[in-house]
Amino acid sequence: MNNLLNCHKGCQVKVKKINAEYNLKQRLISFGVMKGAELEVLEHAPGKKTIEIKIGKMRIALRAQEAELIEVEEV
Amino acid sequence: MKEHIDPKACPIIANHIKVALVGQPNVGKSMLINSVSNAHLHVGNFSGVTVDKTEVLFDYKDYHFTVVDLPGTYAFTDYTIEERVTHDYLCAEDYDIIINVVDSTNLEKNLQLTSELLTMSKKMVIALNMSDEAEKEGIEIDATYMSELLGISCVKVSAAAKTGIEELIDTVVETYTAPKKEPKLIFSEAVEEEIEIIVSYLKKHKYKAVNSYRNIAINLLKNNKKTYEKLHGDPIWTELQPILIEASKHIELHHDTDDIKEAFAEEYAAFNRGIVTEVVRHSNDKKEEKTLTEKIDNILIHPLFGIPIFLFFMWSLFQLTFTIGNIPMEWIDGFFTWLGDVIAPTISNDDVRSLVVDGIIGGVGAVVLFTPNIIILFIGIALLETTGYMSRVAFLLDGFFHKFGLHGQSFIPLVTGFGCSIPAYMSARILKNDRDRLLTLFIIGFMSCGARLPVYVLFAGAFFGEAMAGNVLFTIYISGAILGLILAKVLKMTAFKGVDEPFVMEMPKYRLPALKLIWHTVLTQTIMYLKKAGTFIAGAAMLVWFLSNYPHNETLERLYATKIEKAVDAKEKLHFENELAQKELESSYLGRIGKLTEPIFAPLGFDWKMNVALQTGLAAKEVVVSTLGVLYSIGGDVDETSKSLADNIRQNIPFASAVAFIVVVMTYLPCLAATTVFAKEAGSWRYAVYLFIFTSIVAYVLAFFAYRIALVFS
Repeated sequence: MNNLLNCHKGCQVKVKKINAEYNLKQRLISFGVMKGAELEVLEHAPGKKTIEIKIGKMRIALRAQEAELIEVEEV
Repeated sequence: MKEHIDPKACPIIANHIKVALVGQPNVGKSMLINSVSNAHLHVGNFSGVTVDKTEVLFDYKDYHFTVVDLPGTYAFTDYTIEERVTHDYLCAEDYDIIINVVDSTNLEKNLQLTSELLTMSKKMVIALNMSDEAEKEGIEIDATYMSELLGISCVKVSAAAKTGIEELIDTVVETYTAPKKEPKLIFSEAVEEEIEIIVSYLKKHKYKAVNSYRNIAINLLKNNKKTYEKLHGDPIWTELQPILIEASKHIELHHDTDDIKEAFAEEYAAFNRGIVTEVVRHSNDKKEEKTLTEKIDNILIHPLFGIPIFLFFMWSLFQLTFTIGNIPMEWIDGFFTWLGDVIAPTISNDDVRSLVVDGIIGGVGAVVLFTPNIIILFIGIALLETTGYMSRVAFLLDGFFHKFGLHGQSFIPLVTGFGCSIPAYMSARILKNDRDRLLTLFIIGFMSCGARLPVYVLFAGAFFGEAMAGNVLFTIYISGAILGLILAKVLKMTAFKGVDEPFVMEMPKYRLPALKLIWHTVLTQTIMYLKKAGTFIAGAAMLVWFLSNYPHNETLERLYATKIEKAVDAKEKLHFENELAQKELESSYLGRIGKLTEPIFAPLGFDWKMNVALQTGLAAKEVVVSTLGVLYSIGGDVDETSKSLADNIRQNIPFASAVAFIVVVMTYLPCLAATTVFAKEAGSWRYAVYLFIFTSIVAYVLAFFAYRIALVFS
C-alpha cells in the first residue's frame, strides 16, 4: 500500500483513500484533498517530519503522521 | 464608544444594509474593506479571545453600510477559532447579504467555500478579487457568464488597484433591493434524483417553509443540524425519515464512501470544476513555468539552508527590536522623569505627591516604555504574516517543536520571550489552535526576559568573578530554555493532554506587504496595548507603591529627620537616609509580608530581605535589584554595576541561597505587566491564576533542589 509519506519529492499522485478520523478528514477535504484529487509532492522538511504538497494551485504543508493516512497511487 | 459598536445603536433607517464579508484566508478581504471604505471609516474591534471580527461603517449614495469582516475560513466548518467565529456568525446573526470574496487566481479552490455558502439561502454577491493579478497571469474570467451559471452576481474587483469597488457596492445595493433568487447549484444525477424525491414529498404534504423545498432537501441530505431540528417536530417526519435514510445510502453508494459529507465535498468539487472549465480561459501557453513563489521557496524552505536563513531573519528582527527600540526608550524614560520633576513641586501634600509621581507617573511610564519595542516587533510579525513567510517557518520547525508537544509557529513567541514577555505573549496570537496557543503561553516565561538580566549580572558578578560570569549567564539562559521545553512536554502529557491537533496548513503565495494594511494592524494593536494593559498595569503599580510605602512609621521618620540634620558630612547623611529607607520598607505592608512568609522560604535559604526582593520582583524584575539595594543599604538608586552592592551581597547571602535565588528569578512569574497581558491573551484571569500556581511550584521545587545541591558543593 502506497501512502503520501512514501512518495519522493516531485512525484505526482492521485488520492485513493483517506484513512483519517472525521475532523482531520473534513480538514483535508476543505483543502481539496479528497478521493480522486491529484497531488504533487513539492518538498520535505528536515528529517521528513513535514511535507509540502501541491494540489491545483494551492500548496499545503502536512505532518508526516497525517501524510501517512493518505493512500495514493501514481499517475 | 467607538470600540464596541452595537448594531442596535446604529441609526435604524430603511436604507441600512448589513453585509457579512466572507472568504478563504489570504484572499485580500481586509484590503478590500480598506479600499471600500476609504479614509473615513470607523473601525472597531470587538474581540473574541484573539480573533477579531471587524465592523466597518460607511455611507454610499442613500445607504448606510455596516460591513462585518469575518475571519478567513477554508470551508464551512468549525475547526479553528476563526472558522468557528465565521460559522457561528453566518448561522446565528442577523445580516442582509453576504459578499463572498474569492481569489481570481485560484478560483476552483475558492469556490469550495462558495458552493457551501450557496446552500445558506441568503442573498449573496461574489467579489472576484485580485482580478488584476489574474490578468497578469493570463487567467481570464467571464464574470457575466459566471453570474448566469451560478445565479449569483459576480463582480471583478481588485482591492490593491482599487478597481471595480464601486461596481461591487452598486451590485450589493441591487441584489439587496431585488427579490431573492435561487442559486443554481447542480449536483450529479444520483444526488439530483434524491433531491427530487424529497422535494416532491414536501410538495405533496404542502410543507410550510421560508426556504425553498430544494434548499431544505439539500440541507437534509447534507445532515444540516438546524434543518433536522426544524423538521423533527413535524408530523411528516415519520414518513420522511426512511426516505432520507434511503437517499443517503444511495448517495454514499454512488460515491463509494460511508461519509455523506465527503460525498458532498466531491459533489461540490465536481460542480466547481464544471464552473471553472466554463468561465475561465488561460491565455498563456499551457506549459507551466515555475512560479515566483516556487522559486523563492526553493531557497527559503531548502532542507539545508532554510533554517539558517530563518535564524538570520529572527536575529535581525531582534537586533532591530532591542537596539532601535532602545533609542526612543531613553527619550520616553527621560520624558517621564522630567514630567515627575515638573509635577512634584506643584503638589504640597507628601502622600499625594508620592502617589502621583512614584505611583501613577512611574507606573504608566513603565508601560509606555515598552511601546517602541512592541511596535517594531508587531511590524516584524505583520511582515512575516502578510508576506506568507510565517507558514514556511512552521513548515521548517514543526518537526522539532512537535517532539515537545509544541507547534512549529511556537518558535516565534518563545524567542521573543528572551527579549520581553509582553510582546511574546502577544505574538502567540499567530497560533490559531487554542491548545497550542495556551501551551506556548504557559512556557514563554521560562525564556528569560531582558529585565531579568540585571539580576543575573549582579549575582553572577558577585559570586563567580568576571571571568566566569559570562559562562554563568549563558548557562542560565540555556537551562531556562531547556526547562521550558521539558515543561511543555510535561504539560502536554498532563494538563493539555489529548489527541494531537493535526497539522494541515496552506502555504500561501508570497506577496509584497501592503503598507496601509500593516500600518493599520500595528496601529490598532499598539493602541489596544496602551489602553488595556496600561490601565491594569498602572493600577497594579499603584498597589505595589502603596504596599511598600504604608503604613508610615512617624516616630522612625522623626528620629531619622533629626539624625540626618545633624549628619557631619554628605556620606553620613546618605547612610542615615538609606537606613531610614530600609527600616521603613521593613515596617511597610510589603516588609511585613516578607517577614510573614519567611518560614515558607526558609527551606530555600532565603531571609526576609530576599523574600521582599522577590515579591517586589512580581511587579517588575528590574525592581529586584533596586529593592536589594535598599535592603542592603546602598540606596535605592543602584544598578547591577554597583560594586559595593555586589560586595554586600557576597558578604550577606550564602552561596547556596544565591543559587536558589537565581533559580526562582529564572522560573517565577515574569512581571505584573506581562501577567495582565498573559491573562488577556489566554482569554481568562483563571489562566493567570494557573500560571501563578504553576510557575510558583516549579520555582519552589527547583530552587529547593538547587539549594540542597549547592549546599553540598559549598
